[in-house]
Amino acid sequence: MASRVPCPHCGLRPKEEFTIKGAALPRPAPDAGEAAWIEYVYLRENPRGAYDEFWHHTSGCRRWLVVSRNTLTHDVYGARDVALGGETQP
Amino acid sequence: MSSYRLPSGGLVDRAASLAFTFDGKPMQGFAGDTLASALLANGQRLVGRSFKYHRPRGVLTAGAAEPNALVTIGTGGRTEPNTRATMQELYAGLEATSQNRWPSLAFDVGAVNGLLSPFLGAGFYYKTFMWPAGLWEKLYEPFIRKAAGLGRATYEADPDSYEKCWAHCDLLVVGAGVTGLAAALTAARSGARVIVADEHARAGGDLLSTTATLDGLAGPAYADAMLRELASHPEVQVLPRATVFGWYDGGVFGAVERVQKHVAAPDPRRPVERLWRIAARRAVLATGAEERPLVFGGNDIPGVMTAGAMRTYLNRHAVAPGRRAAVFTTNDSGYALAGDLERAGVEVAAVIDSRPDALAFPGLRARVIREAVVSDAHGGREIQAVDVWADGKRERIAVDSLAMAGGFNPVIALACQRGAKPRWSDAHGAFLAPDVDGLSLAGAAAGVTGLAACFESGVRQASAALSDLGFRPTPLATPVVEGDVVPAPAPPLWMIPGVKGKAFVDYQNDVHRADLDLAVREGYGHVELAKRYTTNGMATDQGKLSNVNAIGLLAKARGVSPGEVGTTTFRPFYTPVSFGALTGAHHGKHFQPVRKSPLHDWAARRGAVFVETGLWYRSSWFPRDGETTWRQSVDREVLNVRANVGLCDVSMLGKIEVCGPDAAEFLNRVYCNGFAKLPVGKARYGLMLREDGFIYDDGTTSRLAEDRYFMTTTTAYAAGVMTHLEFCAQALWPELDVRLASVTDQWAQMAVAGPKVREVLQRVVDEDLSNAAFPYLAARDVSLFGGRLRGRLFRISFSGELAYELAVPADYGESVADALMQAGEPFGIQPYGVEALGVLRIEKGHVTHNEINGTVVPADLGFARMVADKPDFVGKRMLSREALVAPGRPQLVGLVPLDPAASFRTGSHVLSKGAAATLENDQGYVTSTAFSPHVGSTIGLALVKNGASRHGEEVLVWNGLRNEMTTARLTSPVFVDPANEKLHA
Ligand SMILES: [Zn+2]
Repeated sequence: MASRVPCPHCGLRPKEEFTIKGAALPRPAPDAGEAAWIEYVYLRENPRGAYDEFWHHTSGCRRWLVVSRNTLTHDVYGARDVALGGETQP
Repeated sequence: MSSYRLPSGGLVDRAASLAFTFDGKPMQGFAGDTLASALLANGQRLVGRSFKYHRPRGVLTAGAAEPNALVTIGTGGRTEPNTRATMQELYAGLEATSQNRWPSLAFDVGAVNGLLSPFLGAGFYYKTFMWPAGLWEKLYEPFIRKAAGLGRATYEADPDSYEKCWAHCDLLVVGAGVTGLAAALTAARSGARVIVADEHARAGGDLLSTTATLDGLAGPAYADAMLRELASHPEVQVLPRATVFGWYDGGVFGAVERVQKHVAAPDPRRPVERLWRIAARRAVLATGAEERPLVFGGNDIPGVMTAGAMRTYLNRHAVAPGRRAAVFTTNDSGYALAGDLERAGVEVAAVIDSRPDALAFPGLRARVIREAVVSDAHGGREIQAVDVWADGKRERIAVDSLAMAGGFNPVIALACQRGAKPRWSDAHGAFLAPDVDGLSLAGAAAGVTGLAACFESGVRQASAALSDLGFRPTPLATPVVEGDVVPAPAPPLWMIPGVKGKAFVDYQNDVHRADLDLAVREGYGHVELAKRYTTNGMATDQGKLSNVNAIGLLAKARGVSPGEVGTTTFRPFYTPVSFGALTGAHHGKHFQPVRKSPLHDWAARRGAVFVETGLWYRSSWFPRDGETTWRQSVDREVLNVRANVGLCDVSMLGKIEVCGPDAAEFLNRVYCNGFAKLPVGKARYGLMLREDGFIYDDGTTSRLAEDRYFMTTTTAYAAGVMTHLEFCAQALWPELDVRLASVTDQWAQMAVAGPKVREVLQRVVDEDLSNAAFPYLAARDVSLFGGRLRGRLFRISFSGELAYELAVPADYGESVADALMQAGEPFGIQPYGVEALGVLRIEKGHVTHNEINGTVVPADLGFARMVADKPDFVGKRMLSREALVAPGRPQLVGLVPLDPAASFRTGSHVLSKGAAATLENDQGYVTSTAFSPHVGSTIGLALVKNGASRHGEEVLVWNGLRNEMTTARLTSPVFVDPANEKLHA
């Protein structure tokens, strides 16, 4: 787990300010098949290595970020605002 | 007891005499003493009893690794057990108490454990106490807990304060010995931001106990000069008394600074300890090396200590170890001590050197016995003699103190806390750590020996780190060092022949050499297994002195190299950290702050009894004179709402403003029911689902303008809903132009309910409140008190009565509530609390999170028709999956006991009539209960299989925990006004 997370709006901030939702998966279309929805709601890869997750800067700017990190080395590659897009900023 | 203090020398201030007590006995020390040096100066060698065998123990080291000299400091709420006397600075009035002895330190009953030692060897817990299991709790554990142990924590509250802070630097230097100071000064001169943390009160490390000179200056003077220069650099912060205990991800280090643990009466305006989180771009570990004890019989008898510690007490604290000492060494470092002892006037009976080829040490008068070992030390509460084996012969030499110089273990714990594996170096005779992830080791921590080489190493590692960061460091010139004894690497001595007595490896956990032999014999020779089987290294000292010796002995027993045995895992904390420091300011109300509604004081003035719900203090009921039970008050409040009118504080409901051109579409997607067509000026009850189809939260949302909505959430889920909405707006549908703002604290909100409410409210609200002008579910901005205030009025009802909720700016809450009470007086208005609110809503069959418990979908609660046929909303797809539409789902019903005098409890199970009381026969469970003054009995809401079609059925309500069985009838969940005539009145 990272000690600090690079919020694109607030800079490097302690992880205690954030809330983690889990894997940054795209929401299927409403009419996507049941299998796609089961996968989205319940199934997770739990990879050993690079992982993109939704993190909420709860005690900061209150923006949702996609944080790219490594579950093995605990490196944080960077983060980007989920809505504003753009490059992942280290 | 005679004094062992030398008449001169050392870094103690003989002008500043400090009185302290040990087990109540008055003693004297000096400023500059540790408790350990002061005890030794007073001749107090017996300091504690060991963990398991209650053996007499004294001071073994002069630092953080101390396993024996653990004492309790202070009294009352400031009682601090297991304090290492070697780390505790002496102060006037210090009260120290020895531990793990009864009735006294000198005469200890528990020492009989030593006689039982054949039964208390390694693995004894597993072997002896496996069977019968019942005896473990009753007999064995209480016995062991009483017999084996450390100090006792106090039950009194800690009167002192603690704090936490962050710090940021380019270079963190851990340890301020010669290496660390050289590294820090290199960084300081290059302009970097530097933090230097040292666990001792005074920086300098070995410079404070060496007799060598640097550029002609004595060690302490040289250290002080370096510190003076560091202090002159504004970007340098030196933290004494600060132990860096952990290395965490992203270059963050944890440190605990003991700000006021060295004073009798801490300044209440400052913390006693401060927890630092230090974000460092690079770090240099200059943590030095720990001297290895030697594993011979009786190596724990008071008077035996490591050579480095003896040298520190002698040179720094001016305390002689005794009158006649011996030094048992495996390398040249023992000779530095021997020389210093002789110069201080202590007779050195012998230097026992394990090497056959030890060189003669110039100027030393002592007899040197080469290729020799100490096999046993003798004595009870103090050492009296040693057995020396040389040439196959044993010689007993009378001594009153013995130094052990077994070589050095670099202190590499921090470097290995994040997965790096130490490697064994035959050349160094020690485990070394690799440089990893921006952390490098320097000086003795990297296996370097000698002051000059350590200095160079510090400069070199700091320069490398700084160059990495883009600084241009100018190397410091290494001082000319004279008189330093630089030990050449020597092979470690693990297995000492001829040992008769207990030879301790782990002093703190009383693990001796035979325990490790046993572990290997019984198949637990793997280092991690041996650790757990013997408990070696599992005490509060984390095996600082014992782990490497244990590895060496395991290696010998298994016939492999120490590298092949490997080390156990290094983890934070390096030394124990107090709960106070970890907690910081987050305790009591700082941990769980009180949230008060804007109407809190209003309710308090009216005698409300408050209940904690989450952080909120909510008014529960408002007792009146003559009411002796809460039920009397609640029944009265309920009946008054049904008959007249009542006022309830609902300010703690979550309130969120949803604004923007796409607000309607947004709400239409976050609620399962339709919101797109909600007209301006209207409120609507909404159900929010989770993506898995289950209900998440409910509440009323009102459209105040074309692009502005006012949402309410349940009190408990206010924060969660806000976060959820932010996720929906930002992650799911960023194309929608919508803004969210939490306004929970901006509004005081009152539910005013009862048949007479309109007359009351009309006296405060300027607009026409007739049913035609302000119908059910109207929601509008209104003018109050003839235009003096604006508020928001919602015609919504949780109680089932004709009711409104009035929101006014928070600061006006109290006056508006008072005005309403005044206006309502002729109509019999009374305040009511959340208990009455609960009864009213159960009577009306309204759900809360008792029913919305994460397992129900809208249809289960009778809301099937609310679910709108629209393209998308959160939870839409999963709501239609098989299990959520299958027959036999739980459905909301009402429940009444057949006998009105009978009752049942929330959580009870519902069984079909005549069914046996088993979980297999479970038909559902009771989610809410209350005594209903309206019905005249207990009523309940329940989730029962196919419940909606079972109204009228007689069932059993079973509470298996309390063995209660009540016959009851399933009913409609709506007990009051099923036709909603009151609502629309
Ligand atoms: Zn942020």
